Amino acid sequence: MRRRSFLKIAGLSLAGAGGLPVVKALVPGERTEPGPAALRGKRWAMVVDQRKCNAKPGCQVCIEACHRAHNVPAVKDPRHEVKWLWKEHLENVFPERVTPYLPAEVKARPTMVLCNHCDDPPCVRVCPTEATWRRPDGIVMMDEHRCIGCRYCITGCPYGARSFNFEDPRLSLRGDPTDYPTRTKGVVEKCTFCTERLAEGRPPACVEACQAIDVGALVFGDAADPGSAVSALLRGNDLARRKPSLGTSPHVFYIL
Amino acid sequence: MHDTGKVLLGLAVFAGVVTGPVWYGLGHGRGAPPELAKPVEGTRCVEPTPIMRAQHMEILNRWRDAVVRRGETVYVAGDGQRYRISLTGTCLRCHVEPAKFCIKCHEYAGVQAFCWDCHQEKRRVVTAARGGMGGQP
Repeated sequence: MRRRSFLKIAGLSLAGAGGLPVVKALVPGERTEPGPAALRGKRWAMVVDQRKCNAKPGCQVCIEACHRAHNVPAVKDPRHEVKWLWKEHLENVFPERVTPYLPAEVKARPTMVLCNHCDDPPCVRVCPTEATWRRPDGIVMMDEHRCIGCRYCITGCPYGARSFNFEDPRLSLRGDPTDYPTRTKGVVEKCTFCTERLAEGRPPACVEACQAIDVGALVFGDAADPGSAVSALLRGNDLARRKPSLGTSPHVFYIL
Repeated sequence: MHDTGKVLLGLAVFAGVVTGPVWYGLGHGRGAPPELAKPVEGTRCVEPTPIMRAQHMEILNRWRDAVVRRGETVYVAGDGQRYRISLTGTCLRCHVEPAKFCIKCHEYAGVQAFCWDCHQEKRRVVTAARGGMGGQP
């Protein structure tokens, strides 16, 4: 082959390779778009008004709504428990706030906990497959298709917000499942701020459930939008965040 | 060239071993493609049948990435029609029983798909209030 013809063929091949993305873009299945009613935020956040929550002791409405909606299994063995949203003793949620003089009943006060959707999430940093990642709107999302079950994220999360499926979750579903996909044995799951509901214009299931019983302890919205209810609460209150010294910048805020 | 016989015999044995699975399949009545259940609702799929037959796995992979990774829940088909991206909510509205459609064909083709380990196999009725665009993946 002559040098000239070699260069010609090489050049044409390069041009062809450059055109490949264009051809691929025309293949069916490439055109997708957000739903017409989808809620869009720049920085989703939640405020937990723990005072309102405390006013209704023993209430499980938000937890049940979440776990029902997402087919979170009710595993009996506490070591294999799976949970997205639950209550924890105050002294474990805010250990740095505990003084030796805090009354025992305050220490044991049930406090709502869930994924904090951090600005700098350690779980995302350690995930080897990018099965968990931070969306541009601040939600720390899970792609169960990609999770290989290594559990680095569970170790990385300083809030214990993640659960591993040690057994087939379909064996312990809560009644008739909704059409939200279950998970399988061997993957990690957690709260996603209900991305599937935001995509169709609905607030997270826990927030809706809490509002429906007129408690309104959970407020969800765009912290970057000055007009949102969440922004008003963020500005007007002395808010607590979990383990702020770690620098993860949680975006679940507490009014204690 | 004194070993023609041995060479031919060797070739025959080789061909037999390599094509063995085909003969086994034919012998066990798996020669013809399986009879698949006809879709119940609607007369056409999101894309023409030949495309679906050849590329449904790629389309589904893109659907997965669109919904999970980018939060995009609407698929614009080649003909401009818009569909809600949902395996359980959209595909299964017509292909009501995966066992008689998806799973049956994959078994015939020797392909292991694990969609149903997580995605619900049960047909879901989309309520009028939420329209065709609501629902979950």
